[in-house]
Amino acid sequence: MKKVTPPLTDDVIEDLKAGDQVSFTGVIYTARDAAHKRLVDLLDKGEDLPFDINGAVIYYVGPSPAKPGQVVGSAGPTTSYRMDAYAPRLIKAGLKGMIGKGKRGKDVVDAMVRRKAVYFAAIGGAAALIARSIRKVEIIAYEDLGPEAVRRMEVEDFRVVVINDTSGADLYDIGQEKYRIA
Amino acid sequence: MRTIDVSEIRDTVRMLCIDANTDLGEDVVRAFGESLEKEESPAGKAVFEALLQNAKIAREEKSPMCQDTGFTVVFLEVGQDVVLSGGSLVESINEGVRQGYRDGFLRKSICDPFTRANTKDNTPAVIITDIVEGDKLKLTIAPKGGGSENMTRVTMLTPSGGKKAIIDFIVQRCQEAGSNPCPPVIVGACIGGTPEKAAILAKKALLRKIGTTNPDPELAEMEMELLTRINNLGIGPQGMGCRIFALAVHLEKHPCHIASLPLAVNICCHASRHKEVEF
Repeated sequence: MKKVTPPLTDDVIEDLKAGDQVSFTGVIYTARDAAHKRLVDLLDKGEDLPFDINGAVIYYVGPSPAKPGQVVGSAGPTTSYRMDAYAPRLIKAGLKGMIGKGKRGKDVVDAMVRRKAVYFAAIGGAAALIARSIRKVEIIAYEDLGPEAVRRMEVEDFRVVVINDTSGADLYDIGQEKYRIA
Repeated sequence: MRTIDVSEIRDTVRMLCIDANTDLGEDVVRAFGESLEKEESPAGKAVFEALLQNAKIAREEKSPMCQDTGFTVVFLEVGQDVVLSGGSLVESINEGVRQGYRDGFLRKSICDPFTRANTKDNTPAVIITDIVEGDKLKLTIAPKGGGSENMTRVTMLTPSGGKKAIIDFIVQRCQEAGSNPCPPVIVGACIGGTPEKAAILAKKALLRKIGTTNPDPELAEMEMELLTRINNLGIGPQGMGCRIFALAVHLEKHPCHIASLPLAVNICCHASRHKEVEF
């Protein structure tokens, strides 16, 4: 288990390999499709993003509402390919990590290799369990988007697996090849 | 004639929305346990352990097992001797959804297809109604998440393709879906009908309990063959490579036009949520 805390540096990123188990502690940001569109619009206009993207990690999640006394509702990853249209742009701006589930497109994988970024998967659908590693949540932008608002999340021992590393390796391809029965 | 007040339907929909999202069916939990024993890699086993733990937390805390509490799909079987009184049936169902998603702290995930503006109460529900004989009313709530729903396909095969084309298409669909629909999954499919009929029956096939087979021996055999071929793809739970991608394959069939061979495939994530009540 490799323990990491954002913001992530190139040294940390290059040490992460497809298949590595990683535990996150610290601050990550949440964004889904609608928020990504707005973030890229801001970059297009040359305006500041609602958080510092240098070394940042974005978690693709739209949590369910917190019950009274809860920090957050259930909060598992959403499917990542829907963010593929926007991710290379954010990686170019300094994004170093993405947490979601499901395979990424070639443009995103290429951007990760070129600019040293990593894609992680959390267990899709284990949302009530994952919520237990989230300590604090604050909406920092786009509250009108409801579950899709951008949140600042403080996590502790949030377990993920490296899917794509900076060499272009893909755990989905490697793992499925290994277990395929022709 | 038997009269049912729509307020009863509203209250039941409210309760079932919460139950379906927080209390995973025993058949699914049992399948997780059996898969934990059978799965080969430590990573694969770890997924099933996490899913068992997740289902337990969700049930005990009455929290949604998945943050995507889905599009609320409502299957209604209404006896033709039932009279619905006290207001609009559709509105009572939507009000039940509204209350259930509010009171159960479930995520509201329904939006306008163009503006993407959220309706903020998870309405409208999709209501699929069958009129049947008798004076009973059966109500099934089946919330479906977007990740697995996006893997759905309906195709019109050529009759000459036969069973081979059907099986190849379903296997190929699973291969392409890969890690996206949150495996382990249940694969529902309907062969025949019209395209819209096939799509509905493929989704309805997901309501069947895991561990049951289609009573038609030919379809039961196809279900077995498909399950083996799909799991031989090596995708595994969560797609990182291992044995169990699908917990079950559920097939349905329906007569079709002499020129057509429709096929619908609807993959359901492991959060296979459905609860029913009969009035």
